[in-house]
Amino acid sequence: MYAMPQPVRRSSTAQTMSTSEKTRIVGTAVPRKEGVDKLLGRARYLDDIEREGMWYGATVRSSIPRGLIRSIGFDRRIDWTEFTVVTVADIPGRNHIQLINADQPVLADGMVNHCEEAIVLLAHPDKHKLREAVDAVNVEYEPLMPVLTIEESERQETIVWGADNILKSFLLEKGDVDAAWAQAAHIVEGEYRTGAQEHLYIENNGVIAEWSEGNGITVWGSLQCPYYVHKSLLAVLDLPEDKVRAIQTETGGAFGGKEDYPSTLASHAALLAMKSGHVVKMTYDRMEDLAATTKRHPSRVRHRTALDGDGKLLAMDIEVATDGGAYTTLSSTVLSRATLHSPGPYVCPNVRVSSKAWATNTVPYGAFRGFGAPQAIFAIERHMDEIAAAIGMDPVEVRRRNFLHDGDTTATEQVMREPVILDKLLDRALTESDYYERQKRFAQENQTRAVKRGLGIAAFYHGAGFTGSGERYLNSLAGIDVTPEGRVRVLVANTEFGQGTNTILSQIAAESIGIDYDDVEMAPVDTNVVPNSGPTVASRTSMVVGKLIERAGLQLVGTLRERAGLREEFTREEFFAACERLREEDGAVISLCRYEAPAGIFWDDQKYRGEAYPAFAWSVQVAQVAVDTTTYSAEVEEFWSVQEVGRVLHPVLAGGQIEGGIAQGIGYALYEKVVWKDGRMANNQMTNYIMPTAEDVPPIHVYFEEIPCRFGGFGAKGIGELPHDGPAPAILNGIRDAIGVGFNAIPLLPEDLFAQLVTQESKAEVSAV
Amino acid sequence: MRGNAEAHELIAPGSLTGVLELMARAPGEWMPIAGGTEIMVAHAAGRLREKKLVSLWGIGELRFIEVSGESIAIGAGATFRDLRMHDTVQSGASLLAKAATWIGSIANQSRATIGGNLVNGSPAADSSPALLVCDAEVELISMRGKRRIPYSSFHTGYKRNAMTPDELLYAVHVPLRFAQHRQYLRKVGTRRAMAISKVALAGTALLHGGVVSEIRLAAASLAPLPARLYRTEAVLHGRALGPLAIREAQEALMEEAKPIDDIRSTAAYRSRVAANLLGEFLNELLTAEARP
Repeated sequence: MYAMPQPVRRSSTAQTMSTSEKTRIVGTAVPRKEGVDKLLGRARYLDDIEREGMWYGATVRSSIPRGLIRSIGFDRRIDWTEFTVVTVADIPGRNHIQLINADQPVLADGMVNHCEEAIVLLAHPDKHKLREAVDAVNVEYEPLMPVLTIEESERQETIVWGADNILKSFLLEKGDVDAAWAQAAHIVEGEYRTGAQEHLYIENNGVIAEWSEGNGITVWGSLQCPYYVHKSLLAVLDLPEDKVRAIQTETGGAFGGKEDYPSTLASHAALLAMKSGHVVKMTYDRMEDLAATTKRHPSRVRHRTALDGDGKLLAMDIEVATDGGAYTTLSSTVLSRATLHSPGPYVCPNVRVSSKAWATNTVPYGAFRGFGAPQAIFAIERHMDEIAAAIGMDPVEVRRRNFLHDGDTTATEQVMREPVILDKLLDRALTESDYYERQKRFAQENQTRAVKRGLGIAAFYHGAGFTGSGERYLNSLAGIDVTPEGRVRVLVANTEFGQGTNTILSQIAAESIGIDYDDVEMAPVDTNVVPNSGPTVASRTSMVVGKLIERAGLQLVGTLRERAGLREEFTREEFFAACERLREEDGAVISLCRYEAPAGIFWDDQKYRGEAYPAFAWSVQVAQVAVDTTTYSAEVEEFWSVQEVGRVLHPVLAGGQIEGGIAQGIGYALYEKVVWKDGRMANNQMTNYIMPTAEDVPPIHVYFEEIPCRFGGFGAKGIGELPHDGPAPAILNGIRDAIGVGFNAIPLLPEDLFAQLVTQESKAEVSAV
Repeated sequence: MRGNAEAHELIAPGSLTGVLELMARAPGEWMPIAGGTEIMVAHAAGRLREKKLVSLWGIGELRFIEVSGESIAIGAGATFRDLRMHDTVQSGASLLAKAATWIGSIANQSRATIGGNLVNGSPAADSSPALLVCDAEVELISMRGKRRIPYSSFHTGYKRNAMTPDELLYAVHVPLRFAQHRQYLRKVGTRRAMAISKVALAGTALLHGGVVSEIRLAAASLAPLPARLYRTEAVLHGRALGPLAIREAQEALMEEAKPIDDIRSTAAYRSRVAANLLGEFLNELLTAEARP
């Protein structure tokens, strides 16, 4: 456990640098901190790490979605004395992962609630012996009726979680929705559905655990949130804080898939290490990772919308339902974000959002880039095009007439105090894509061609940082220290998993102190070394943690000026000399800052009212889509994305975030389908779970409008999740534009497109008769 | 890697005779492995049941492409990259060259062999429809000698073929006379590259004065094995091509096709798209005929 270093000095002269000030390092494309190691193959991922005498772990999993465990048998063909076997009886502490609700068992205790639930753990020095041994553990069940869909869960005939299957619900109300219908010129209804999605990080989940009486448990893992792992291990192993240590290893992608799951895997590896007395490595292969770990929450969103004669919104009645899977994991916060993003970037005087996360007997759904927002934004942005069609207005114009502007209030009655430039983003997107000219050309060409083209648009925001009071509860601590070797280190628990955390935080530290980028490095992400600066999630790193590092840098310089004689203008040598003078006095050179909630921020968790997010990132995207009427397949041919994410800290990394999010969004919309069979993922192989390749991802044009945000590190807001929110509705709106048929569910594979078109054809034939 | 390599035996005699002798001594006991693009995937997934493997990789006697006056002889060990890069294959058997570009990735194409593709016998195999519509023959070899059979009679059922347990596929013979025909080949996969076929259709045809004098059609993933569409061909044979003939041929194809619902697609989609592809091919023929 990170021990707060003493003394912690806070300088009275520390102040916030003006975010519009000219910068030397922030805003430039410096090399990635860990880039060379990755390029040269020096970066060591979890499975590259070998330890003397290391054992390997494997998991015996449930083969049914729900049932009682009658017996666990061990086939005699295996010599079990060679193995370490762990069951729930071996857990020294609590048998629950410590997240929002502690309802998810580490190992099944007499009952299973989803396929692939962990029941028994095995370890052996030869990893090749494990597969046969896993197959030789015979679990006998008394099957119970499973609940596998939102609709089955809603019926509440079979209760699989709590008293009513409801993992979480919210009700958000603004104005008087019920009174608005009578005044409406138009009422438009729609139902929209989204499917599960796999993260498909390149590196599967993996953890190594080591136990000793003296040091307790140490885990190394491919993970996003070392302090989440730390918290669960404390409870599961019943250990004091100083006997639990979590270290992040180089992480090959995460996308939210390594937010909560590593807490489970680390608990498993730790239990095997404790019982076997050996270092134990557990890595999943792709098939196990796909079948057993979290995915994006499937959703169903219903909209009922009242408009006046000018196409202005009068009322929005929205019902959000998500499938949470068997245990709560992060379903409540995912639902919260879905709720808050469901009305879209529009002004409406009367809004009601009623949302529920339903328990089912599938693998628990978890965090995934966008965290509920892509589901909600798919619904509202598809719905806006259906509204446009229903009232006979250009989809662009319907959006423009209802956009939020400075001074407007959102559905939670949050006043837009920062500039909102949706009109400008929209205009830029239309200009850059030559929207109307192309649309005109396609309308003409489509008359004679089998491949029909169209353009679709999506406008949206993404709230940066934790929702509502979340950042206050997190109470993050982060900072900078200077080593006796003359290295400036960033002290954060925030992790690099490909998105550029190391680089942007180093840029911020160097900029705020006034030294070179090369003088800064990241302290190892090790709970014994770095403070808890919160999880690496929610597009919060550049904004919230970046701000802490900016403040810590200024605070350090302030302290050095005050107490170590550093001049106003200083050279590199003078800076490090001053650090050494401070070290002589204090024994250490360290500057830590704790999160401070901006003044005048109000959030009511009960009524879901107030400042939902400290800042919003904004975007307008345009997709050019081609629908081949011979094969019923839709492809994205070109894509434009305009966004305002505050200050762009690193143009190359920022552009990469946008392009990557769009590519992942294209997969979400048109390719990636989790095929379920009796509660189990049937296509848990990359040959059958189809993600787009470079051939399927079109040219993507990325444009930034920059408005520095006062709450963010050097003016940055969140960026990582935003680009994933828009592609799915933009693409399906493009399909509507191309062939005149609206599709309301994703993933939209050619078979789905075909099925709906054929149904409509046969209906048309019937009505023609 | 779910398979345990230690549970398997792999030998590499290094010569064709060495392999054939081994197979003659213990017919059916040794599973030949060439590029391994199918077998290693099964091994990784822990699904490889065959314990004894004999390697064909690196045997030069199997890796050749020889052009004679009337046909191309392609050794079973020729990779799809070999086929892609070969001038005469490109010009004289362009459907096969095109199919070769569909196989997996460049890495796969550099390992995967035409022999492996055919012997594996997937109904979705990329090279099969192209070979079926140009009357290709396959040559089988064992210690007992060589024999040639039409490729159209090679597959006998789902992943079953006409080879005896001591035989290897030696070569594929592709007639060159189809270069004069109008040709068609289209694959509908799950994405643009590195995709398994959901359905594919190949066709070769000769028209005289708007009348179909010769037509061959074959499809992937419409039956348990790669198959010619004889009944659909019969509807078109000797007929003047026009909208009615095209519609009837499409209906015949929908009748003849016996696809299944599986993890990659649905039977209804496969039949309908195959009929659409046929429509595309026949309309291309019609347009080409109309041109002076």
